[in-house]
Amino acid sequence: MAYAKDLTAIRGLIASHKRWDMIFGLCGLLALMLGVLAFTALFVDMAIDGFGRLSWDFFTSFPSRRPGQAGILSAWIGSCLVMIVTAFFAVPLGVAAGLYLEEYAPKNWLTDVIEINITNLAGVPSIVYGLLALGLFVYQFGFGQSILSAGLTLALLILPVVIVATRESIRAIPQGIREGAYALGGTQWQVCKDHIIPYSSAGILTGVIIGMARAIGETAPVITIGALTFIAFLPPAPVQAEPPFVSFDWVMSPFTVMPIQMFNWTSRPEAAFHQNAAAAGFVLVLMTLAMNGLAIWLRYRLRKKIKW
Amino acid sequence: MSAVVPGDLTATPQTGAMSARLAYRRSRILREKLIEFALFLAALVSVFTTIGIVYVLVKESVVFFSQVSLWDFLTDTQWTPLFDDAHFGIMVLLSGTLTSSLVALAIAIPLGTIIAIYLSEFAPFSVREVAKPFLELLGGVPTIVYGYFALLFVTPILQWFYPALPGFNLLSAGIVMGIMIIPYVASISEDAMRAVPMSLREGSYAMGATRFQTAVKVVVPAAFSGIASAYILGISRAVGETMILAVAAGLQPNLTFNPLEPAATITAYIVQVALGDLPHGSIGYQTIFAAGLTLMLFTLACNIAGHMLRKSFREAY
Repeated sequence: MAYAKDLTAIRGLIASHKRWDMIFGLCGLLALMLGVLAFTALFVDMAIDGFGRLSWDFFTSFPSRRPGQAGILSAWIGSCLVMIVTAFFAVPLGVAAGLYLEEYAPKNWLTDVIEINITNLAGVPSIVYGLLALGLFVYQFGFGQSILSAGLTLALLILPVVIVATRESIRAIPQGIREGAYALGGTQWQVCKDHIIPYSSAGILTGVIIGMARAIGETAPVITIGALTFIAFLPPAPVQAEPPFVSFDWVMSPFTVMPIQMFNWTSRPEAAFHQNAAAAGFVLVLMTLAMNGLAIWLRYRLRKKIKW
Repeated sequence: MSAVVPGDLTATPQTGAMSARLAYRRSRILREKLIEFALFLAALVSVFTTIGIVYVLVKESVVFFSQVSLWDFLTDTQWTPLFDDAHFGIMVLLSGTLTSSLVALAIAIPLGTIIAIYLSEFAPFSVREVAKPFLELLGGVPTIVYGYFALLFVTPILQWFYPALPGFNLLSAGIVMGIMIIPYVASISEDAMRAVPMSLREGSYAMGATRFQTAVKVVVPAAFSGIASAYILGISRAVGETMILAVAAGLQPNLTFNPLEPAATITAYIVQVALGDLPHGSIGYQTIFAAGLTLMLFTLACNIAGHMLRKSFREAY
């Protein structure tokens, strides 16, 4: 009799444990759904608010005091130019640093310092980079509040992302490839140039795209160096009719970028400007999602395809 | 002809072909050294960045603290650097930073952890395959967009429940900040839990534990050092977050720990000053560097605390 009683007690215990299992599973699913729903609600709200303003004119007009005529021409061109400068500095520096740390660096305290440093830099708030740029690039080096200052700042900001991506994809290359190349008499640089960099390029590209997506959305450091919020002109064109045909004046030009334009419109009290902000935000989110999506897809394909 | 040791440049005599080869070899060695040095310099850029940050922050802060005593900076209860009657009490800005961060973490840490446990231990493979990239995508949304949501979407909803809520407040900024941080916490915690060896789970199941018991009593403690890193990252994100607060929490300095009030944070103050046109070298210009230094020290303290926490909980398998 006592045996049967124990059995029901045990069965009850098992049932209650299983119930807990199910409850937690549901909680987890709920939390995930809550997150997904919150995001969907936010984006749909913004898309609805901003969709009415999206037109060809919105992309080809300068900002204006009249919300109905305001556009993002100077903002998106500014963003593109800043991104060019950022990529110009961040990609070579990041890849070179990653290559050095994986292929060349001796095991000593200096290498340790560099590695710890990169980890720590990834956790520094972005506005602190803005202060660095304000003190160093804008005043000390005299670059002023220019596209060059902004591009350099964002390049430093995304450098850890590029370095980490480079190192990870270099590490995935099997040792045999290097040994083969060395056995044929290749020098270290020849091995890197002809084998390591080409084989890791897709992984590096993924990291670069993720870094650039982050840079394009950064607002705080760019505001800190003093980007203007209202700009109704374009930087000088890089290509000219007279010789020498190419001009780099645009690098020193004042500018504004997409997130700052959106910030400017969001901070205004008039509701009509909020619509503009929603439209600009919609474009911005689309840009970053597309870039991140591309990076994730690239990595996914990479994982499937590469078989050493 | 004497035996020529490869690379021995003093060896004589040499035939023409031999000396050409040696010259080529020398130039090749030189080129390799140069390239290695260039790559080394690129790696050093990150170190220079850190030195540059410390240099700029300390240099301007030293000027600032020569005019304002450290004691006033830490104890004054007013922050009015641009008024005639200037007060520099960093506590005012720090209170805004702490309050909004606490609201954000109160949302991000529980939800992020639950999502991580669910994805790692409960979710079917297909859900995880979809959810992980989705979380990563959300991590890339610009923060200014979240600021827009906080001001124009979340605040009106909160006002619907609590009509006395001011248009700018720390609560809605904190909530949105929390939502923003969920992906980071969930993604890193999940990675840490996935790294726990399967044999631990199998041992636990063999003893008759359920999934929930295994998750909470075996996997989470084993992955705790990684989960702690995720929390620390969440904290530094929250403390360093700028645009959400600049847009949605108002820019008036306000010594308060009540999330229903508007208040400026350290980061929002820096943005506010940068938007104005303060002359280079004025006391107002130096305040943002002193504020930045405070922020930097605060995040550094978090990181060190996290490092020590990780060390004492580290489980090696």
